[in-house]
Amino acid sequence: MSDDPAHPGLQHDVRLSERAKRAQAIHRLLVSKNIIGPDEVAEVIERVRTRTPADGATVVARAWTDPAFKTRLVEDARSAVLELGYRLSHDAGLAVVENTARIHHLVVCTLCSCYPTALLGPPPDWYKSFAYRQRAVVEPRAVMREFGLVLDEGIPVRVVDSTADLRYLVLPRRPIGTAGFSETELAELVTRDSMIGVGEARAPA
Amino acid sequence: MPSAHDRGGLATREPIDQTTHEWADWEHLVNALVGVLRRHDLINVDELRRGIEAMAPAEYESSTYYERWSASIEHILVEKGVLTTDEIAAATREIDANWE
Repeated sequence: MSDDPAHPGLQHDVRLSERAKRAQAIHRLLVSKNIIGPDEVAEVIERVRTRTPADGATVVARAWTDPAFKTRLVEDARSAVLELGYRLSHDAGLAVVENTARIHHLVVCTLCSCYPTALLGPPPDWYKSFAYRQRAVVEPRAVMREFGLVLDEGIPVRVVDSTADLRYLVLPRRPIGTAGFSETELAELVTRDSMIGVGEARAPA
Repeated sequence: MPSAHDRGGLATREPIDQTTHEWADWEHLVNALVGVLRRHDLINVDELRRGIEAMAPAEYESSTYYERWSASIEHILVEKGVLTTDEIAAATREIDANWE
């Protein structure tokens, strides 16, 4: 038993922290004072649930199959993504950095958790953890190894620090053995982690 | 000594915990509430960030992610005079009373 339909967010089966309760109190006050509508929060919750890394994967697959799009994506990610019909709710800039045989990018937000949520959904818990935020800029290769990515020592690593004004998305390397794959088939190989830089795109089965 | 939120490069040997948790309902609520408040021009991303960064270092360190957001929302809405600390406290006591 969790949700009271009249009060979304109120869980009866868990002891909540003071901050959790205060957030619910703030929500109730805002609704009761007609500052926000009674259903607005529930609507946003539903919309957020629909956001997954699949949209980012579609953008990557397009870049792999359309060189002109890739050029536009790397030069002006925001316009290129809007061109595909995605909505970027954030006023913040978006930058796409390309991983190649000569450079590997890893994304972190050392200050908090800035992340291209419009294309990837909410960031995973580890992206927001102190350990990742602290270590990614100091020992990126060790961090990547923890995620199972052992990068060739000859490939330099560039760590990019996302901010509230500029969020990074990694364009991973296209896996070998995928010539002739459709965009849909390619998109299935693109993982969330490969778009953060802690992983690579999956090899085809 | 950097501020509590400025984590880049702080020494730690802690491995990265890659497990994820399902958001509790209240975490969904906090996340969505920021979206709604942005739509109403009552808080923007920079204000949310400032509110988080204004937390006392000890509370910052011991809070979960969305507890920090909750603290910031309260800070910004009170600062703007949208709500008062007293009414938030009273409404929180009402939630507490529902428990007993």
